[in-house]
Amino acid sequence: MKYEMGRYDVIVVGAGHAGVEAALASARLGCKTALFTISLDQISNMPCNPSIGGTAKGHLVREIDALGGEMGIAADKCFIQSRMLNRGRGPAVHSLRVQADRVMFHNYMKKVCEDQKNLDIKQAEVAEVIVEDGTVKGIITHLGAKYEAKAVIIATGTYLRGKIHVGEVSYTAGPDAVRAPMSLSESLKSSGVTLRRFKTGTPCRVHKRSINFDILERQDGDDDITPFSFETDKSSLKNQVSCYISYTNSETHRIIKENLHRSPMYSGLIEGVGPRYCPSIEDKVVRFADRERHQLFIEPMGLGTDEYYLQGMSSSLPEDVQLAFLRTIKGLENVEIMRPAYAIEYDCCDPTELKPTLEFKNIAGLYGAGQFNGTSGYEEAAAQGLIAGINAALKVSDRDQIILDRASSYTGTLIDDLVTKGCDDPYRMMTSRSEYRLLLRQDSCDQRLTPIGYKIGLIDEQRYKRLLKKEESIKQEFERVSTLNVAPSPLLDSFLEEHGTSKMKTGCKMADLMRRPQLNYFMLEPFDPGRPDLSYEVCEQVDLKIKYDGYIEKQLLQVEQMRKLNKKLLPEDIDYKKINGLRLEAVEKLSKFRPHSIGHASRISGVSPADISVLLIWLDQNHKNTK
Amino acid sequence: MSTIAAISTPNAVGGISVIRISGEDAISIADIVFKSFSGAALSSMKGYTCAYGEVKKEDQKIDDVIATVFRNPKSYTGEDIVEISCHGGLYITRQILRIILENGAVLAQPGEFTKRAFLNGKMSLTQAEAVMDVISAGSKNELRHAVALKDGAMFKKISGIRQDITRILGDLAAWADYPEDDIPYVEPDKLLAELEQISCALTVLSQTYDYGKLIRDGIKTVIVGRPNVGKSTLMNCMSGYERSIVTNIPGTTRDIVEEHIKIGDLTLALSDTAGIRETDDVIEKKGVEIAIEKISQADLVLAVFDVSQVLSDDDRKIIDSVKNKNVIIILNKTDKEPLLDESYFDSVFSYIVHISAKNSEGLDELQKYLEQMFINEEIEADNSILANERQKICVDCCLKSVNEAADVLRNGESLDAVTVIIDEALENLLKLTGESVTESVVNEVFSRFCVGK
Repeated sequence: MKYEMGRYDVIVVGAGHAGVEAALASARLGCKTALFTISLDQISNMPCNPSIGGTAKGHLVREIDALGGEMGIAADKCFIQSRMLNRGRGPAVHSLRVQADRVMFHNYMKKVCEDQKNLDIKQAEVAEVIVEDGTVKGIITHLGAKYEAKAVIIATGTYLRGKIHVGEVSYTAGPDAVRAPMSLSESLKSSGVTLRRFKTGTPCRVHKRSINFDILERQDGDDDITPFSFETDKSSLKNQVSCYISYTNSETHRIIKENLHRSPMYSGLIEGVGPRYCPSIEDKVVRFADRERHQLFIEPMGLGTDEYYLQGMSSSLPEDVQLAFLRTIKGLENVEIMRPAYAIEYDCCDPTELKPTLEFKNIAGLYGAGQFNGTSGYEEAAAQGLIAGINAALKVSDRDQIILDRASSYTGTLIDDLVTKGCDDPYRMMTSRSEYRLLLRQDSCDQRLTPIGYKIGLIDEQRYKRLLKKEESIKQEFERVSTLNVAPSPLLDSFLEEHGTSKMKTGCKMADLMRRPQLNYFMLEPFDPGRPDLSYEVCEQVDLKIKYDGYIEKQLLQVEQMRKLNKKLLPEDIDYKKINGLRLEAVEKLSKFRPHSIGHASRISGVSPADISVLLIWLDQNHKNTK
Repeated sequence: MSTIAAISTPNAVGGISVIRISGEDAISIADIVFKSFSGAALSSMKGYTCAYGEVKKEDQKIDDVIATVFRNPKSYTGEDIVEISCHGGLYITRQILRIILENGAVLAQPGEFTKRAFLNGKMSLTQAEAVMDVISAGSKNELRHAVALKDGAMFKKISGIRQDITRILGDLAAWADYPEDDIPYVEPDKLLAELEQISCALTVLSQTYDYGKLIRDGIKTVIVGRPNVGKSTLMNCMSGYERSIVTNIPGTTRDIVEEHIKIGDLTLALSDTAGIRETDDVIEKKGVEIAIEKISQADLVLAVFDVSQVLSDDDRKIIDSVKNKNVIIILNKTDKEPLLDESYFDSVFSYIVHISAKNSEGLDELQKYLEQMFINEEIEADNSILANERQKICVDCCLKSVNEAADVLRNGESLDAVTVIIDEALENLLKLTGESVTESVVNEVFSRFCVGK
């Protein structure tokens, strides 16, 4: 028996990191929004490590914040240890990572959703997506409730038809013993969505009192903490816990090797494709057999619990084997497992069926976000959720949807990679995935994205004005040091020599001195008496602008080229077979991917520059015809 | 839009060849490479006018040429065009093109002049389809040649360097992306040494690769064989006049005699050597040593044997020393009664020619083999040269980036900046196969490092 229960602009299926950002963005943009989850106690849950950020992922969180999303603020509120990784490896790869309190994070996000105007939160399993004539119309829950909607966002994470494996045992479930939705997959498939099977894994949780911390290497947070959010006042931030490091040894490896036949990965029970970057400990031992040891991090799950997480030790070996090999590790000799490690298989879509707006090409109004799109990681999920939420809201409001290009952000790079190249294993963001990484620094997210967030309506006037003021200060200070003359003096010469750089022969501009690799903006303060009183953030930007000027110019030129091609949009209904001069392989690929623009087409493998020329001419010709 | 250039006449030896430059900077680039005898700059000339002058490279004159200026929109492409007409040699034409490319033009894609003509409204709509055909046909040909090139020694060398660069980028990426994993620290000194090594390899590649050089300097060829099999007769018959001393006393040729001869499109820099055999004669011994050294340096070995005699130990020694070389086996003296067992040669060598040097017979077949070895006949000369040029341009661009990365590293800049420049270096090599840098590097990281939680 089905019954009508209401009407929404946007419905979000799943309340993980993607779903929550999507629902918040949609509601904040004025759309009547409903957020569905199988369990209200799972909102913004972190079933793997309660850690947020890391290389490239930290960039994503700051981008979410700059666009007006929630994850960065939440992480600043709920972290218990914070570190800036990669200091000393160049500003392009500086990455923020925090250990968060898992329960606190869930509570915080649940309350934010509850407080959000226009947003209803509902505990229910979504069993069906209603699609009529290639357009989404709403959803039906497992209880039979029917909700109409103009747009639906699927953000089911690792729950969809989830199957957990521990050793020889497997059972149907999502993470943390939550029921897995089963019928939604069939409904999606019959609507024309291709589903695939991916797998991922998580390590076990152990009890604090069973760990011998005294003999472990300790890792503390930063003294000077950088927040994720550009709006967070950093003076209130402090570290509350330490993490610890240990290593596996030959005995650990022996036990794992001797029990490989009991692993579902090796016995063939698991059919899903696992991530290359997140190998289980048995994968590491087999694939990198010459390694004498593997590192593991021992990290607290929160302040109100004694559960500790063993990062680096994900496994699907049986529980008894897990215990045996853990107890060979220094500091874990008497370890007690609280939750065993497991592997989980789940359904996800083929992201090449999505437009760069994250809407399905075949189904108007249906969007995908997060692990459902084939990615892995909370941050990747949240970034997509935000974009899907924004675009669903823009669509139902009859506004132009946004596409972030590769040069704008890691978020844009992530989505472009997904929809252009697809992914054969769960996709993790890395700084090496961006060709524009000198532009996409974590310190410049606000300048890159806050104007976009403002235009969309997620950033308020005050915050936008603060950004404009900051940019003006940067500009003025940059101009000041670029035109300021410095005369040689004995004092300056001895300073230069002291820092291993050559003396000045003649006078020069202050900026030229700052550009020397051995020096920077901050160090030269004693020789710059007229320097105005500026915030650290402004000084940092001036310093980087001076240091990276040449490279930035060069990258901006490449960006300009790319954007020109991105602006040439390809109609959705092109019949590539009818375009004379395209090579067969290109026809095949273009028909399959149906690229959004010439730029998009040029990044599809198998489409050559000559094919692009043909497309350009075809486009030009077509354009003239329609005039 | 960038300024493009290409050779517009068929790539064969003819009376004159035309190199066309089109685009915003066509005239300013032409002004760099071309100096008119009247002293007038092309930039001061009106459209549809021409000037007589010369093309120089670093004060070395390449050729006397005529440059014709077309001003936009009154040109084939609708852009500014300069056409340089030079004397039709393959080497000279390509040399001029290369100087133009070095000064800022990029090599035109197949059909690109026509494409621009279309885009600038110089053609009617009905011609558009034809344009697309031209482009796709051109690219297919080039692709076909690119595939052929993949088997070439050059491509293999490029692949090797590509792997080296990808490995370095993999190191850098793993190190930057997995700061918490057990990844070895990238030592700037070691990185610099590796970049310098790659720079050397690329420099050698760029220099030896010069096909034009092969045409100008000739293919280094040595004629070897035991005494009195007819090496000197062969050389004389190929060069058309008597240069070596031809007698029937074994060991007459003691010096290395060198000669440049032209066979079809190819120039051979030919050395006749002392016959190889065990000898006690001091002077002759020196000649034999030089001969063996020459074999190791040669681009091509012509190994001569006498069909009228059975294989001797000296012959076998020669066979051994040329086995792994670019070699054509010449079975001489077909005018005499054959005694040689040829089956041995058939099993080891792919190029075997029967000649009678004395009667100048069989030289056509030799020429055919030479062309097979040095000119890939299956592909139209035009496209083969384009694809060749592209490889060289990619190598040169890569070299430039590698050197820049090394400089930046020496300056003490941070590794993220260095990495972006090495990215560029790799991108230049990957252009040959159309792969993406970021993907190659990410794959490299996952295949080599044990990373991740």
